[in-house]
Amino acid sequence: MFVTYLRRELAGRRKQTAIVAIGMALAIALVIIVNAVSSGVQLAQATVLGSVYGVGTDITVNLTPTAPAEGDAAGGPQKFDFGAADGTTADGTTSVSQARLSAGWGTFTFDQAALGTVSAVDNVSAAAATLSLNNTTFNGALPGSQTQGTPPAGGATPPDGGPDGAGGSSFNVDSFSVLGLDPADEAVGPLSAVTLTDGRSLTSTDAGANVTVLDSSYATTASLATGDTVSIAGTDFTVVGLVTAATADADTAANVYIPLDVAQTLSGLTGQISTVYVQAASSTDIAQVQADIEKALPAATVDTQADLASSVSGSLASASDLVKNLGLWLSLIVLAAAAFLIAILSTISGVTRRTREFGTLKAIGWSNGKIVRQVADESLVQGPLGGAAGIAIGLLGILVINLVAPTLTAGATSVAAAGPGAGFGAGGPGGAGPGFGGAAQAAATSDIVLSAPVTASVILLAVGLAVLGGLLAGVIGGWRASRLRPAEALRSIA
Amino acid sequence: MYELSNVTKTYEQGKRTVTALSDVTLSIPDGQMVAIQGPTGGGKSTLLQMLGALDRPTEGTIELGEANLSKLGDGKLGRIRAREISFVFQSFNLIPTLSAQDNVETALALLGVRSTLRKERAAAALASVGLGDRLGHLPTELSGRQRQRVAIARALVKEPTVLLADEPTGNLDEETRDEIMDLLEGLWQAQGLTLIVVTHDTAVARRARRRLLIKKGVLTEGA
Ligand SMILES: Nc1ncnc2c1ncn2[C@@H]1O[C@H](COP(=O)(O)OP(=O)(O)O)[C@@H](O)[C@H]1O
Ligand SMILES: [Mg+2]
Repeated sequence: MFVTYLRRELAGRRKQTAIVAIGMALAIALVIIVNAVSSGVQLAQATVLGSVYGVGTDITVNLTPTAPAEGDAAGGPQKFDFGAADGTTADGTTSVSQARLSAGWGTFTFDQAALGTVSAVDNVSAAAATLSLNNTTFNGALPGSQTQGTPPAGGATPPDGGPDGAGGSSFNVDSFSVLGLDPADEAVGPLSAVTLTDGRSLTSTDAGANVTVLDSSYATTASLATGDTVSIAGTDFTVVGLVTAATADADTAANVYIPLDVAQTLSGLTGQISTVYVQAASSTDIAQVQADIEKALPAATVDTQADLASSVSGSLASASDLVKNLGLWLSLIVLAAAAFLIAILSTISGVTRRTREFGTLKAIGWSNGKIVRQVADESLVQGPLGGAAGIAIGLLGILVINLVAPTLTAGATSVAAAGPGAGFGAGGPGGAGPGFGGAAQAAATSDIVLSAPVTASVILLAVGLAVLGGLLAGVIGGWRASRLRPAEALRSIA
Repeated sequence: MYELSNVTKTYEQGKRTVTALSDVTLSIPDGQMVAIQGPTGGGKSTLLQMLGALDRPTEGTIELGEANLSKLGDGKLGRIRAREISFVFQSFNLIPTLSAQDNVETALALLGVRSTLRKERAAAALASVGLGDRLGHLPTELSGRQRQRVAIARALVKEPTVLLADEPTGNLDEETRDEIMDLLEGLWQAQGLTLIVVTHDTAVARRARRRLLIKKGVLTEGA
C-alpha cells in the first residue's frame, strides 16, 4: 500500500518530482564540476611543480650564491690545457680530444655533509643529494707542431697545414648536462619526476658503476640507445635506460643521469653536492623543516613548494588563483545552497498543497509517523533521482571540459643551472661565465592541458549530497506534514 | 453511544476569540441516524470534528463508548478513528494519485489487514457502491457521483461503528444527491451504524429520524 502510494505519488506528480529532482541535480552537478575542475587545476599546478622541481619534493636546499672565492669549485670558465704530448698525430695533424666534467653554470657545490645535516632534521622523511654537472668535450685538430717548428733540411715544401687546408685548425666543442644522483633514493629528487621509457632506471646496486640513464630526447639527438656506450669525462658509460622528463625545461632534467659517487670522482668534486631534495613527513611539517634546515645550514637557500608555487605564473596561476578565490567558492556554495533550497521549498509547498490529502489520511486513521514517512520517502527517492541526474549532468560537464581541454600556460621562474647544450658557447675558454656571481634566471614555460579528473570521492560526495538533500527535504517536509491537523480534511475549500 | 456534556470549542483568530461551539450537551445512541442543520459558520463542521475525534473541545467532555475523546492524545484518537469512525466529505477528498481501489485500501492500510484480503475487501466495497468495474480508475477519470461513491466505499470498507458525513451532497446535483443519500441510508440500515449527516439541505435532513439545529454555536433539537 505504502509503496504503491509512494510510486503513484512520484509518478502522478511529475512536475513536483521534476522540480525537486532538478534542484537537487543542479546542486550536485555544480559540486561535481567545481570539485573536478579545482582538482584539475591543482593537478596541473602539481604537474608543473613536479616537473620543475621533482615529484614528492617539499623543500630544496641550494647554496646561496655569494661573491666567488678564489679557487671556488663552482662552474667557472672552462679551460682546456693541452700538453705537448697530448693528442695523436697523423698526417702531420695533431688531433686532440679532451673531456671535462665540472659543475654547471650557476651551480654552487657544497659539502655532502649537508645531506646528513638535513636528514637529521626532525620530520624529514627523505632527503637526496644531487650534483649538477656539465660534460664538455673538446675535439680539435691542429697542424702538427713538430713539422711546423722544425722544417726538414733539404728545402722540402712545408706541409699543407690542417684538414682545412689553410694551415688553420678545427675545433668541435660539445656539451651536455650530467646529473649525479644517489640511485638508492627513488622517492625524492629528480629521477622521481621522470618516466622510464626504455631499459631500467638506476638502482642502488649501480653505485660506483659506470652506468647511465639518458634523457630520451637527448638520446635521440645524440643517436644513442639502451646498451650503447657514452663517453663522460673520457670514461665510457653503459646506457642502461632512457627516461622522459615531464617537461624538457625542467630544472631537474638533465641529459645524462649517473650515480652520484661516480659523478663526484670524475668531476673531481669529491664529497661535493649541489642540491639536496627534501621530503617532509607531512605537509604540516614543511614550515618547521624549512626553519630547522635554515638554522642548521645558514648559508643555504631553503625553498619550499609554497615558495616554488608562488613562482608559477601564466594562466595556470590565474586559474589556481580563481580556484582559491573565496568569492567564487562562496558564490558556488550559495548557488548550490539555493538549488537545495528550491528542492526543500518545493517539497514544503508540495506538502502544503496536499494539506487536505494528508488531513484526509489522518482523518482515516493514518498515524503522524506514517504520513511523515510517506513524505520523507518521497523526498528520499527524489533526492537520489536528482542525484543521479546531477551526476549525469556533472559528468557531462566534465566531459565537455575534458573535450575542450583548455590549455593553461605555466611559467616557473627558477634559479636554474645552465640548460642542456647552452654551456660552452656562452662561457667559452677564457670568457667570463655569465652565471657566475648571480645564478642564471631561466624561465621554464610549459603548456598544461587542464583535465578535470572524476574521482570516486567526487561521486561519493555527490551521492552523499543527494541523500543529504533528500533527507533534509524529507525531514522538513515531513515535519510540516506532521503539524497538519486532521481537521483540515473537513475544510471544504482547500 | 455518544455522550457530550457542556462542550465548548473556541478558536483564537489573532486577538479575537471565535466561539464555534457553545456549551453543547448531547447524547446519540448507537445506530441512530442524525441530521445536523444550520447556517454557514454556525458550527456544524466543528461539531463533526469533535464527534469524529479530529480535535478536542476547549471545555467539556465527549465520550464515545468507553473512550473519552476530550482527554485522549493524538495517537489514541488516531487509532479510534482508524477502527471505529469513518468520514465522507463534501469534496470527496480522494487521494488524486491513487486509483479507486488504492484509495479504498488506504482505510485498511493501518489496520494490519493482509494485502490479499485488503484487495478483496476493497474490491467488494467498490462493487457494493456499484463501481466494481472502475477499480483501476483515477479520481480524475471518474464523475463527481462516482468519486463520492469511492469515498463511501472507503468509509465503509473497514466496517466502522460511526459514519460522519459533512455536506456529502453539497457538490452534487439534485438527482445525484438523492442517489448518494439512498446509498448512505441503505448502508446505515444494512450495517447498523451511527450515521451523522451535516447538511443545510432540508430534503437531505428530512430523511433522518432526528434533526439537530446549530446556530452561532448553540445546539437545539429540531422538530
Ligand atoms: N480552524 C479554525 N480557526 C479559526 N476559526 C475557525 C476554525 N474553524 C472554524 N472556525 C470558525 O468557527 C465558526 C464555525 O465554523 P464551522 O464549524 O466551519 O461552521 P459550519 O461548518 O457550520 O459552516 C466559524 O465562525 C468559523 O469561522
Ligand atoms: Mg462546514
